[in-house]
Amino acid sequence: MKSVFLHSKIKTYLLQSFTFLLLFNLSVASAQDVDEARQKEGRKLFKSLCASCHKLNGKLIGPALAGVETRRENDWLKSWIRNNAEFQKVNAEAREAAEYHPSAMTAFPQLTDQQIDDILYYTTVGEIKKEVVADTTAVAGGGKQGAPEWLIYILCAAIIVAFLMIASLLKQVNELKGNTKPEVQSNLRRDLEELWIGVKQNTFLHVTGTIFLLLITAYVGFGLLFKVGVDKGYSPLQPIAFSHKIHAGENKIECQYCHSSAKHSKHSGIPSVNVCMNCHMNIAEVAEGTEIEWDGITYGKAELDREIAKIYDAAGWDKENLEYTGKTKPIKWIRIHNLPDFAYFNHSQHVTVAGLKCQKCHGPVEEMDEMYQHSPLTMGWCIDCHRETKVDLKGNDYYKKIHDELAKKYNVEEVTIAQLGGKECGKCHY
Amino acid sequence: MMKSIKIVALLFIFVAMASCSDKQRNPRVQYMPDMYVSVPYKTDGSNGLNGTPVNSRPVAGTIPRGGHPAYDIPNTIEGYDKAKAEVKNPLEASEENLANGKKTYEIYCATCHGKKGDGNGYLAQAEKFNGIPNYKDRDINAGSIYHVIMHGKNLMGSHSGQLTYKERWQVVHYVEKLRADLLK
Repeated sequence: MKSVFLHSKIKTYLLQSFTFLLLFNLSVASAQDVDEARQKEGRKLFKSLCASCHKLNGKLIGPALAGVETRRENDWLKSWIRNNAEFQKVNAEAREAAEYHPSAMTAFPQLTDQQIDDILYYTTVGEIKKEVVADTTAVAGGGKQGAPEWLIYILCAAIIVAFLMIASLLKQVNELKGNTKPEVQSNLRRDLEELWIGVKQNTFLHVTGTIFLLLITAYVGFGLLFKVGVDKGYSPLQPIAFSHKIHAGENKIECQYCHSSAKHSKHSGIPSVNVCMNCHMNIAEVAEGTEIEWDGITYGKAELDREIAKIYDAAGWDKENLEYTGKTKPIKWIRIHNLPDFAYFNHSQHVTVAGLKCQKCHGPVEEMDEMYQHSPLTMGWCIDCHRETKVDLKGNDYYKKIHDELAKKYNVEEVTIAQLGGKECGKCHY
Repeated sequence: MMKSIKIVALLFIFVAMASCSDKQRNPRVQYMPDMYVSVPYKTDGSNGLNGTPVNSRPVAGTIPRGGHPAYDIPNTIEGYDKAKAEVKNPLEASEENLANGKKTYEIYCATCHGKKGDGNGYLAQAEKFNGIPNYKDRDINAGSIYHVIMHGKNLMGSHSGQLTYKERWQVVHYVEKLRADLLK
């Protein structure tokens, strides 16, 4: 497998460098007539000040700014950017422009002429063509996907052929030694028959065999019975290919940002679509090169953009005009962690009071593309943790006396949850 | 005899391969499922009476016990100005409120606005979100911060559902503190 991986990697590099060489002249040519220092400065300012409301291409809160210099005079733009509210009082065109969106544009009196010119320069020249290089990786990525599977099949076939060759060689060696084929077979058959008769007549073997079989059956049977109602590893196919790895892992969004009810409530709820839209109002497309593993398939940018469109569909968000249409429908997420109704569990007690990390029970969620149940959620599993975990009793003066008494009773420094009553049946079953 | 052994072996291999190749898409069998899932409707169930959800929303105009009147300033420019001029923080800037505000801020705000409020959070650094303002560049006060948490502004969405009334005001205190630190 390793060699296969290596091979595909080499192939990728070769492809990449080859395509890169091909397109190298092109990218240099387009970069040459752009003043990179100015573009870079302008880009930095644009990203930090303007980009919250403007994009180069396509409208956001404000209009698209690519080529804005061709539409307005430089002086007009400067006055507008410095203080559009004041400018509107003296300029009719500015009043007209202000009607574009109900929210007023922020004034930027701190910008110098040079800085505004740099920003405008950036809006005119746009991004320096790095896309060319990005494209090659996309091409090579496509190759990477196909290559290993093919190679695995070819390797398998090669191994089988090799085995067959070795087998036939051995046979030939045997025949050359004088052990002809039919004799070998009859010998084997005779030996087996003799062995079988011997076994049938041996009582000791009967008894041990029966015991052995019974033990195996019991082992397998109990193994199966203990899996009843235990859904460790349960991973239903969700309606949207949502990757926790991208959100909680790569983008480092806190668990509780979306699962906000965990801190106050029994449930750590499924976030409403409103919470998705907090970010996805802005992010309609994933970044170039984003990939996740979903249902055994690698999802690339094209597939993932379709998944984001599903949120827009549910929220009734019109991506082109950036407004809600009011036609909403629920996303039917499938619940994974589900305790039986006869067991009481409260998230806030564990998250807020005990201060546990979510990962303690839910496992490495930040590495999961597809969410699955990490823990068995059986009673034994609960009790194990309650037996081991020491309670942090600091800053809990009201119960200080009872805690001290408990510590004395059990003759320990710090009491565990179980000693505090976390093993009482009635705590969770009532 | 030999033939049946071969078939059994083949079946065994097939089952072994089929069982370890894929993910567990369906929940396992439950012993007495009517004990696992109780018969009554759940208030948060997707289908209650006659297929329509029940009790999913409080009656309009009611306030829960220990709750607060709904925030009724609309999401408009005038609303923003009104909130800025009139709305005051009911909590005092005590140590406890600031500590809890910090904790809440770091979960709900810091990813974009940065731990110091300089608009340089992780998502800004990764260029997923651009143009996040530095608090010191904006003329904001308690009322306007609260208004923006409730309604959002420009590309920021409403965070009212993720925070409780008290937490929102604690965050407001903490944001004001961050802004004062940045202006120093």
